[in-house]
Amino acid sequence: MSKLPDKAILPLLIAGSLAVCAVSMFTGATSLNIKALIGTANNIDSMIFWQIRVPRVCLAFLSGSGLALSGMVFQALFRNPLATPFTMGVSSGAALGASVCLRLGVIFTFCGISSVSVCAFTGALLSIFLVYGLVRAAGIFSTVAMLLAGVAVSLTFSSIILFFQYISDFAQSYKIVRWLMGGVEVFGYESVFHVFPFVMCGAVIVWFYLNELNVMATGDDVALSRGVNVRNTRKILFFGTSLVTGGVVSVCGPIGFIGMMIPHICRLIIGPDHRKLAPAVFLSGGSFLVFCDALSRILIAPAEMPVGIITALLGGPFFLWLFLKGAAKEEVCF
Amino acid sequence: MNYFLEVKDFSHTIGEKTILKNMSFGINKGDFISIIGPNGAGKTTLLKCLDGILPLEKNVSIYLDGKQLTKYSRRDLSKKISYVPQAERQTFPFTVTEFIFMGRYPYISPFSQFGLKDNEVVRWAISCTGLESLANRRINSLSGGERQKVFIAAALAQETEIILLDEPTAFLDYKHQTEIKSILENLNKKSGVTMISVTHDVNSAVVNSDSVIAVKEGCIKFQGSIRDLMNVKLLREIYDTSFNLLKHPTNGGFLIVPGKEE
Repeated sequence: MSKLPDKAILPLLIAGSLAVCAVSMFTGATSLNIKALIGTANNIDSMIFWQIRVPRVCLAFLSGSGLALSGMVFQALFRNPLATPFTMGVSSGAALGASVCLRLGVIFTFCGISSVSVCAFTGALLSIFLVYGLVRAAGIFSTVAMLLAGVAVSLTFSSIILFFQYISDFAQSYKIVRWLMGGVEVFGYESVFHVFPFVMCGAVIVWFYLNELNVMATGDDVALSRGVNVRNTRKILFFGTSLVTGGVVSVCGPIGFIGMMIPHICRLIIGPDHRKLAPAVFLSGGSFLVFCDALSRILIAPAEMPVGIITALLGGPFFLWLFLKGAAKEEVCF
Repeated sequence: MNYFLEVKDFSHTIGEKTILKNMSFGINKGDFISIIGPNGAGKTTLLKCLDGILPLEKNVSIYLDGKQLTKYSRRDLSKKISYVPQAERQTFPFTVTEFIFMGRYPYISPFSQFGLKDNEVVRWAISCTGLESLANRRINSLSGGERQKVFIAAALAQETEIILLDEPTAFLDYKHQTEIKSILENLNKKSGVTMISVTHDVNSAVVNSDSVIAVKEGCIKFQGSIRDLMNVKLLREIYDTSFNLLKHPTNGGFLIVPGKEE
């Protein structure tokens, strides 16, 4: 579709991401006095900027890029446009963990991480191993079998979540619903430091396996004959990116859409070569969530909208537009 | 005599089921071998075993260049043998050039870019298969025949001494069948690439191959020259149906026509 020279794409995306982040830091219910931010003066503006806006933008960017990158990897690993860690049950596992925690009202902190996040991450881990174990037990490693196992686990968890919601009182139930909508509201940097190692380790792993992702996208037999150790590569990428998603979702809630759609959108624009695609997915996933979060702060200000609502609302139609444009040129995926 | 690729009393089981039984044969450098047989005979399984695509026992009795197949690392093996699957599959919309570059996978390391040598080999692979005009098209917009050529070109870019082909001309129209056959024949004759091609169609095997291995129910029923294969009784044994032989108008050999014997 785009005939931008390859070399121009990355600098453009970096510049764009920086711009989105910068603008987002100055967007919100309170308008900030820029002069007050410089220096060490302890005023309310600098407090809002450094303790709320900056960590929030950092968290949104990291989460968005982590989710998008994981989605890209899953689509390539499973050669299926619908595969993401979300479809594979990672997010419903996390959601179940969070719901149980909110229902039981367990409150503790672990290395500065809230009990909800800890429980959500445990839930995510549980679902990853459950899906993998199920497929192993069945002895079928076909991509369709794994997808089906993932969807089945996901649906089962979803109804358990509904059950917990049903037996909760109104306050708890609202908390659960609100958590399921996702959000990146933070105060201070703890959540950022929680998500950072997941996303960065994930990014390095993916970076290491970019050539393998390309070859594996054409089929296991071809990949094997080209010299790829398919089994190990798949395992490492599967667990690596599932952990990224688990880490992100445990802090931000299941922010849908990004993991599935951002890779598709980038692929329609840049093409499927993962060596070019991965940096683009990383940057645009991050800046897309930052952008949506900025919108969530101003659309119904002074109230805030859950960011998960905006990501799907914006991204869905945009993807459909690209999809129709691309379909006409036979450039759609699959 | 030492064969380049040798299979000695090889059996292969998947789960409880024995797919290949006590197979023995040898292939010399530069041979063009066709593996024929009915559907479900185990031809593709055999091909996938030869390239280690299917998991093999450690003590496998397949030898390449005198060395057990399992003694090769994945990467080293992929520099010796490449595999062309049936090109019917769905894949991401890579461009033809991008796809052929993937054949260079065994020669590059993580984080590295393709070099001069890689570009040169890919250009050679494109010209061998006559894909110049399609180089920037996306592979999912190509016809089956064009796509088959792209898969062959990617295998060429792998620079291997042996190319395994799974039904390279099935499902293709006559023009593409002829083109693919002549591409393979050229590579075999001029570049000395050893070709092992699986086909259910005896007539298409007749055109290129030096010799034929016939597989039925996981066993080798026949191996030898095309001339010896052209025997109504033998063919009926292999395919469980009757055939008539027909003189080929130009090359002096035979073609087979399925149907009641006359």
